Amino acid sequence: FTLSIYLSIYLSIYLSIYLSVCLSDSAGQFFSSGHTNNWAVLVCTSRFWFNYRHVANTLSVYRSVKRLGIPDSHIVLMLADDMACNHRNPKPATVFSHKNMELNVYGDDVEVDYRGYEVTVENFLRVLTGRLPPSTPRSKRLLSDDRSNILIYLTGHGGNGFLKFQDSEEISNVELADAFEQMWQKRRYNELLFIIDTCQGASMYERFYSPNLMALASSQVGEDSLSHQPDLAIGVHLMDRYTFYLLEFLEDIHPASKANMNDLFKVCPKSQCVSTPGHRTDLFLRDPGSVLITDFFGSVRKVEITTEAIDLTDPIKEVEERPANGDVHKEMHSYVDQLPVSEIIHQKPKQKDWHPPDGFILGLWTLILLVFFQTYGVKHLRHIF
Amino acid sequence: MFLSERRRGQLAALSIAAVVIIVGVPLWWRTTETYRAWLPVSQIKELAKLQLQLSADVEVVFARGTVTPEQQKKVPLTQTQEEERAIDGDLIILFLILLIRNTKLESKFFSCHVLFLPEDTALSESPCGSLVVYVIPESSSLLPEDVNVYIGQRRTALLRIGPQMRVGKTLEQLLAHLEPRIKQVLQVMSFSHNDITAALSDRVRFSPDNKESIADSMRAFKSSPGYEITFSLLNPDPKSHRLHWDIEGAVQTYIQPLLTKLSPVANFSIDSQTLYYTMLGVNPRFDTSRSAYTLNADSLAHVINPVEARLGSNAASSNPVLNFLLYVPDAQHSPLYIQGRKKQEVPSNAFHSPRWGGIMVYNVNGFYGSEPEFPVDINIDMAKVMGVFLAQLRLLLGVQSSTPPPGFLVARCGSTGLADWELDRLMWSRSVENVATATTTITSLAQLLDQIGNIVINDNIAQQVSSAVTSLQLAVAELEAGNLGFALQYSKEAILASEKAFFDPSLLHLLYFPDDQKFAIYIPLFLPMCVPILLSLLKIVSEARQRLEC
Repeated sequence: FTLSIYLSIYLSIYLSIYLSVCLSDSAGQFFSSGHTNNWAVLVCTSRFWFNYRHVANTLSVYRSVKRLGIPDSHIVLMLADDMACNHRNPKPATVFSHKNMELNVYGDDVEVDYRGYEVTVENFLRVLTGRLPPSTPRSKRLLSDDRSNILIYLTGHGGNGFLKFQDSEEISNVELADAFEQMWQKRRYNELLFIIDTCQGASMYERFYSPNLMALASSQVGEDSLSHQPDLAIGVHLMDRYTFYLLEFLEDIHPASKANMNDLFKVCPKSQCVSTPGHRTDLFLRDPGSVLITDFFGSVRKVEITTEAIDLTDPIKEVEERPANGDVHKEMHSYVDQLPVSEIIHQKPKQKDWHPPDGFILGLWTLILLVFFQTYGVKHLRHIF
Repeated sequence: MFLSERRRGQLAALSIAAVVIIVGVPLWWRTTETYRAWLPVSQIKELAKLQLQLSADVEVVFARGTVTPEQQKKVPLTQTQEEERAIDGDLIILFLILLIRNTKLESKFFSCHVLFLPEDTALSESPCGSLVVYVIPESSSLLPEDVNVYIGQRRTALLRIGPQMRVGKTLEQLLAHLEPRIKQVLQVMSFSHNDITAALSDRVRFSPDNKESIADSMRAFKSSPGYEITFSLLNPDPKSHRLHWDIEGAVQTYIQPLLTKLSPVANFSIDSQTLYYTMLGVNPRFDTSRSAYTLNADSLAHVINPVEARLGSNAASSNPVLNFLLYVPDAQHSPLYIQGRKKQEVPSNAFHSPRWGGIMVYNVNGFYGSEPEFPVDINIDMAKVMGVFLAQLRLLLGVQSSTPPPGFLVARCGSTGLADWELDRLMWSRSVENVATATTTITSLAQLLDQIGNIVINDNIAQQVSSAVTSLQLAVAELEAGNLGFALQYSKEAILASEKAFFDPSLLHLLYFPDDQKFAIYIPLFLPMCVPILLSLLKIVSEARQRLEC
């Protein structure tokens, strides 16, 4: 008798769990992650040819993120130097990420939003906090809202508590944490994944204190992140180890895959990376095992079927061709001359202003005069003049 | 009189120390100060408590047969109902409903059998935010049997007295019976606790009772001063179909009235484009039972991304963009139908994505005729297309169409696509959302500026903050008074000012000086100067003490 009671209780519990699973399944897509759009901010902070690998890192992550669905309008790509068109590049217009030149990550539809000297700490913080001057175009802004999942990837040279930008300035971990807090205050993100591939990268996420942040770094404090392999034809190292194995992992991800963050944490163990990758999930509200990789790296949209339609019965009004006053005349439009070509061709050479002689000529004559007066003495000048 | 060497040295040390302390230190302090204009911090703290009071005017009209003439004289003219709710601890919102009882026994409207709503006559143009409820007797044949409440297109509702109030009841009992029912009508037509909580989702850790409201809050765009709408026609097969759509006329006739009605809420800008050779990116499956191609619900999520890369954007501002796509399948994959999750048919053949827009699939194989000669000229039926897009636009803008409670009959919205009371609902929730967001922005800005002492606060920022505070106070006052239009306007001004102040480019705190760096800067400057002075002062003091001893 008691057995049957236990059985019935067990069955009812099982059924209720099953029912709740069914109910949540229909709305499951909505409530599993809570985000409706994805953004990515990918930053390479180093200049100069020998930092080729940092640009290749960033471009490889850019490729993967685009492949998994995030459009260019939602990616802010900051590259501090142009490796593809660098004078020292033996294969111009390419950036390779694998030796033997297997994969050209530069391609022909790269959209770099901040290039060269525009990649500064100030611009990076302005992008994150949204404090850009009003004239900034849309493609250079991070227009996220409270339902955006943002992926932030930084790579370059770093140290204990700072990251070097362009070999001339640095951003500290406190500034980064404050920037994220300001983003949270203004609800500019729903969840944020922060990946950093630099030496002593774990120091950069030590100071975070805002909710819903997950961070991964390629090395712990006191360790260096190492590069992967040099290419003898190009002459520099092509990728860093952590990003190389991260990319290998991402190659297996497709937009419908169900891999979760725990798999991402296992990327590049110490045997492959030599440094110890670290991660931080204490500020993240969801369990990392339930967070899909495509929640950050891809852009899987939620969709709902439209069940209603409005019945419209009015016929279409004819759009008026002529305005009421009939006064509008068509203007003739023409292209503006970029350069006043006719004026340039027929220009007369400009009269150059006369300048007194300077520099070398002046010095030479002074020397000659000095020697002359030295030799002959002043009183003998009477004989000459 | 000559001072001795030692005396002169002592005087020199003393005077240098005096100059350093009296002149030097204040000078250094003033020159290293950052300019910080004054902010109304106390008022901001007041506003941060966010005690909102929402009041709606409801006018109740009794029809003939509901109250006896004697009772009519005793009906009180006004009665207020208050309801206090605390949300998340520190927010208290009072719903204050002023019921102005009005016993106009106009019954000529209720004599015919046709549902002739008084709003069709120019009886009263109710100002926005207010309602008129007509109470009709139980035996009235105006409403169908099982319907107790009818909600019209304008701001009126018909309420049928329940069967227990048939005859011989006192006025108090009648009023007591009506109050909760009128409150229910108000919750559907104006605001309810769930709506207000959803509007405050920024401030509140949302733990709702029903999951529909999470989906609603995720689907609708956040309040913004403007929106950009783009209509795109996707033609993947121009060799087979030559499509003509009168988008300008359709927008003018069908969409513009809705947007004009919504103009107090936001500005809209519309543009349109046609894209050729843009495929959907998902392979549809051929369904032999319906002899048509189908896209099932799971693959719909992957349709949007490949298309989005091709959609240009005309937007020069930072306003959110809504995309509405009309996809005409190519001749090989016609007709194409969308299937729901349980493989059911979708009559509108359209789907939408929260905070992005909508896609509708328009099949044209019916236009081929007997012997089609490609390319076929096709005129798209814009009324049908715009009907679907209008419904999606309503959902995306936050005009909730949640199912009404049982016994309610809601009139279909007119050709504008938006009933007046739905507009009111939207305005209520937008006002509350704007006020809450502006308050949060200002409060966090004040906190930020307080914490970081290095940021310069310019005069223009202080002015923006002050004007935001003023607008917020006015908005809260107007919400209390029940003037919804003004409240929304002030709340929009408050949002604009607060966002401008928060996102001002000059507020970037770049300089973080850890204490050891500060010491490293000042010590080489001040130490070489201070050490001799300090030592001579110490010598003076020790000599003075020696002299005192001997």
